[in-house]
Amino acid sequence: MNNCEYQQIDPQALSTPIPTPTLPQPTVVVEKEKREKARKKWEVFPGKNRFYCDGRIIVAGQSGVLPLTIGLILVTTGLFFVFDCPFLVKHLTVFIPAIGGVLFVFVVISLLQTSFTDPGILPRATPDEAADIERQIDSSGSSSYRPPPRTKEVMINQQVVKLKYCFTCKMFRPPRTSHCSLCDNCVERFDHHCPWVGNCVGKRNYRFFYTFIVSLSFLTAFIFGCVATHLALRAQGGRGLMFALQESPASAVELVICFFSVWSILGLSGFHTYLVASNLTTNEDIKGSWSGKSGAEDTVNPYSYNTIITNCCSVLCGPMPPSLIDRRGFVPVEASSQTSATEMELPMLPVKKETNVCAQGTKDLLGSASRSPCPTTGKPQPVAAADPAVTFNPALISDPAAMPSLTCGGRHHSHTTSPPDEPRHHHHHHNRHHRTRSRRGRGSKRPALHISNPAYNASLSPPSSPGPRPSHTGARDPRRDSIVALH
Amino acid sequence: MATEFHNLQELRHSASLATKVFIQRDYSEGTVCRFQTKFPSELDSRIERTLLEDTVKTLNTYYAEAEKMGGQSYMEGCLACATAYIIFLCMETHYEKVLKKISGYIQEQNEKIYAPRGLLLTDPIERGMRVMEVSVFEDRGSSGSSLSSSATSGGSAQR
Repeated sequence: MNNCEYQQIDPQALSTPIPTPTLPQPTVVVEKEKREKARKKWEVFPGKNRFYCDGRIIVAGQSGVLPLTIGLILVTTGLFFVFDCPFLVKHLTVFIPAIGGVLFVFVVISLLQTSFTDPGILPRATPDEAADIERQIDSSGSSSYRPPPRTKEVMINQQVVKLKYCFTCKMFRPPRTSHCSLCDNCVERFDHHCPWVGNCVGKRNYRFFYTFIVSLSFLTAFIFGCVATHLALRAQGGRGLMFALQESPASAVELVICFFSVWSILGLSGFHTYLVASNLTTNEDIKGSWSGKSGAEDTVNPYSYNTIITNCCSVLCGPMPPSLIDRRGFVPVEASSQTSATEMELPMLPVKKETNVCAQGTKDLLGSASRSPCPTTGKPQPVAAADPAVTFNPALISDPAAMPSLTCGGRHHSHTTSPPDEPRHHHHHHNRHHRTRSRRGRGSKRPALHISNPAYNASLSPPSSPGPRPSHTGARDPRRDSIVALH
Repeated sequence: MATEFHNLQELRHSASLATKVFIQRDYSEGTVCRFQTKFPSELDSRIERTLLEDTVKTLNTYYAEAEKMGGQSYMEGCLACATAYIIFLCMETHYEKVLKKISGYIQEQNEKIYAPRGLLLTDPIERGMRVMEVSVFEDRGSSGSSLSSSATSGGSAQR
């Protein structure tokens, strides 16, 4: 929605007809072809999540034991309804399957919502942001070694809180945010990564998770109680428990499952009720951030409202924050090529070359990634898209972005060299890999990244990453997440 | 090819993106969404202090309204819980409604105040609510002067 509007208030008038140089003409043709293959942002998401239904459903990379969880719940409840309910309805009341049904529905729905909801993933920093942060921290950043971990202290409600710098996401993590290594994302108000639901539990899905474990503990306790009653009723009249079990063997299965799960689930519910009441996360509780274990004498939880009711309400009934990763939006570079007319693309190309010339002249002044060569038309998204494209040539998706990346790619590698030929080389690589990528999605980006990685790593200052793998994601991510719009 | 570029350079008279200034989040009141009202020094020559501060303050009040925990949000939360959160699939939450208002406000501010001064505000939601990005455009001719990439950028004071 912003794209079209910002186009109208574009400060520059791109009305000057630009003679198209011969070189980019084949590129323009290719651009038009690529315009049709618009990619949605979920397809280029840098974390380890998987997406279904065209980005509507998000799950963690590893589903953990979610199938086991679902299987256990379905089997136990199914056996309950089939084998125990008829007897209990006949001998007790019809409300038993009704209550069981309601609980079962709550459990399944909240489980699916916990598993398939974005837990509060923070999109990675755009290259401009990352460079800005770099500049603030260390103006003399050396590229030969990784500096010590960076922290920043802020005062939150008169309490000193240390914010850590995330090397993967290239930003200072907001308070209560933690990076999940399994999902390779920073998650807001990170609680824990739950293998049973196969997803991180964070700000956005904590209330679903809590509903899930509470309703599951009720369901488990309910089934346990009903099955015990069933067996007791059958064993009446001196016939004995063994007779009852022989008559209804399924009940034995249910009894065993429920007996073992009720303790752990009830324990977990109790623990999380305590966390909710004191506005803590599992992460903070385990680390002892606010209990004085970390050394400071008078550390109190600065996020707590100091009353249980307010804490509960804020955690469970507070406003539902939106997803910050726009999964189903189009990747803006292609979006711009889709929505903008052809003349938008043509002027972009020569202008990038101009700025290349400019840039080379003022190479020293520029430092790192503080400037995009792309003469934006006022659209924030394409600008942002161009910037990462600038820094990460091979990670480009489409050629319009490729052109600025070619020029600025050369420029950003200016710490080493920036020959005019290099962009073309990268562009060629990009072309090849783009085709692969359109078939394979995220996976095929890796070969492209490998090629330019050394140059990229050399030119970029330390926090690019300690190892090759993170640097891949580092190289990819800003380009991907540079444009994040509200879903 | 360089000659060609120079010719193009002379031909074009359009603004190009010079730099981006980032207004960081203000965490002094917790995790609620607030942006620092401290005026970034790079924009000193581009816009009056009060205009930007007013914009940021208005945005802060919008975000506070979105995240306000009052009767309406509690009712929404309890209703959602009662329906096993299915209504989130059907209904637009209060937060989302306020975000739409915010994006309309930012667009209006851009049209009226920032674009005439060669600036552009980016909606923070597009940056994951981490920063408010102010893109500074320069006429190409004066591109050198705009590269005041001073070490003391606006976001330096994080406290």
